[in-house]
Amino acid sequence: MGTVAAHGLCKSFGKVQALDGVTLDVPDGSFFVVLGPSGAGKTTTLRAIAGLEKLDAGSVHLDGRDATGDAPADRDLAMVFQNYALYPRHTAYENIASPLRARRCSSSEIAAAVERMSRLLHIDRLLQRRPAQLSGGEMQRVALARALVRSPRAFLMDEPLTNLDLKLRVEMRTELTRIHRSLGATFVYVTNDQVEALSMADQVAVLKEGKVQQVGTPTEVYERPANQWVAGFVGSPPISLLACHAEGDRLVGAQGWTLPRPRWTTAEDGRALLLGVRAEDLSVEQRGNASLSGQLYGLEPLGDRTVVDVQVGSEILKVKARPTVTGTPGERVQVTVDLDRAHLFDADTGLSLSEAGR
Amino acid sequence: MAVSVDEAVSTGPARDRTPPARRLGGRGRSALEVALLTVLAVVMLFPVLWMIETSIKENRDVYAVPAQFFGFTVTMDHFKDVFVGPDGGRSALSVAFLNSAVVAGVSTVLATVLGVPAAWAYSRLAVKARKDQLFFILSTRFMPPVVVVIPIFLMYRQVGLIDSKLGLILIYTAFNVPFTIWMMKGFVDEVPAEYEDAAMLDGYTRLQAFWRFTLPLLVPGIAATAVFALIFSWNEFVFAIFLTSSDSVRTAPPAIAGLIGGTTTDWGLVAAASVVFALPVLVFAYLVRKHLVAGVTLGAVRR
Repeated sequence: MGTVAAHGLCKSFGKVQALDGVTLDVPDGSFFVVLGPSGAGKTTTLRAIAGLEKLDAGSVHLDGRDATGDAPADRDLAMVFQNYALYPRHTAYENIASPLRARRCSSSEIAAAVERMSRLLHIDRLLQRRPAQLSGGEMQRVALARALVRSPRAFLMDEPLTNLDLKLRVEMRTELTRIHRSLGATFVYVTNDQVEALSMADQVAVLKEGKVQQVGTPTEVYERPANQWVAGFVGSPPISLLACHAEGDRLVGAQGWTLPRPRWTTAEDGRALLLGVRAEDLSVEQRGNASLSGQLYGLEPLGDRTVVDVQVGSEILKVKARPTVTGTPGERVQVTVDLDRAHLFDADTGLSLSEAGR
Repeated sequence: MAVSVDEAVSTGPARDRTPPARRLGGRGRSALEVALLTVLAVVMLFPVLWMIETSIKENRDVYAVPAQFFGFTVTMDHFKDVFVGPDGGRSALSVAFLNSAVVAGVSTVLATVLGVPAAWAYSRLAVKARKDQLFFILSTRFMPPVVVVIPIFLMYRQVGLIDSKLGLILIYTAFNVPFTIWMMKGFVDEVPAEYEDAAMLDGYTRLQAFWRFTLPLLVPGIAATAVFALIFSWNEFVFAIFLTSSDSVRTAPPAIAGLIGGTTTDWGLVAAASVVFALPVLVFAYLVRKHLVAGVTLGAVRR
């Protein structure tokens, strides 16, 4: 068992409202990712669940039992910190053994558990070293081993891969997913990296300014963003947003373009809207069922693809194209739009208007 | 990534990023620098050297005119007089030194025991009106001791603490606790709170987390702070001379000052007593010099 339920978490630091009614339900055994930009309250959420932060309001239930007032030690959780927080005076072995020592396990039990963990994470050669003698990746593994050495209710991870270089981060991503699968334990994982969120999560909660914007599977969050902000935050290159309104069977852009009105939208005529289209649903190579004309603004070759920036009026569209695409800035470009995969948002509230008709 | 305290206080090369000082004469120190430093050293060290010289001179050399810098007869009589009384028993000065040791030692230990946990609490816990409280604590050090010594004298007389070692210990502790809290808070701030967070998730209580993981990292800071508190208590003069009178209670500073005056002053004895008085602090500071430097710089350097 290992369910974590946080309800209506509120926390302010002075005048800053870090958490403003955050509610998360983490099912047993899931890899639950809390995604958001820095300052969104992700770490505070995690610390509140761990009991390291005193809440202004809200409750934390662990396995269905109210644990809001419990000390961190009584919650049976393990945490990996962003900066690892390895005890500097202790060897890697002693760091990993610490949770077991705190629980007064026998030294033979401890030795066996540390041995098992260090093998799993390939750090068995480093056990006698101190944190200062370890590289970033090694420290990260020791911190992970310290959390994994016992079987708590849930593992809390606070951006554990942020301080690693890119190659190691990709490796550890795979490794963490593997560990999660083999343990079948509950993971609550905080990150600002959408790639981590989309690639590792069973469930993603998108957080902004202390409020949960959307909870769903990675596919849901990517394919059906609940609002304009989530659409803009998740996805790279970012989604293109164009101001427009509906007029009969057409969408009329603020920059003078017109497109056929998508069948699925129910927005009434004249309401201020934002049309959101992802780069892969736009094309400069004749595809899709509607087109916009603009000027080539710039090319961004990324190896496997090229992102083409097209200026339509004063707005820039990000278009994904084949790496072979060429062009000179200023030249006229016709962009086709796959309207069936586009999104419409209310320009005032930012809420998605796409769901109703689909 | 947080720099661990171990790294920060390592004996390795100091990470000094200030540009090298401009040298007037290329390699090494210039002649001007050497000359100025020599002058400074002579000015600073002369009283100390003169004190040491006087303490080992015979009385007729002490009063010799013109003063004799070299070629006097060396004697240890004055040092003997510091510890042995005229009747062959213990001298009043030796009792005063013992009193000083007891008063300074106990008040330093008390200030450390009270101040370190307080500093930790101010650094880590959400204390209401923390800044105001810290300012209030600091404000108790704004007044020079001589301003408060009369009210304290009157209060002590009422409660019977006048002319007692306990009274001196209490007043020195009261003066050292604010200093300890302020200095230690800087050190505690430098130790990342995550160590304690991690320890609490490991299953330790908050106090265990502090005791097992933070306190060992604070040892250099505690050593530095304690040395300063010890020096304050050891050197303190104003309270000691106002609040104590009997030889059995008096500490060394007023006892040494008491040697001056009367019809004749035994300058050899004064100098010898002063040397003995200065030694313990020097020795102690030397023993903890590594911690002292690490402690002082650790508190000052931003990570």
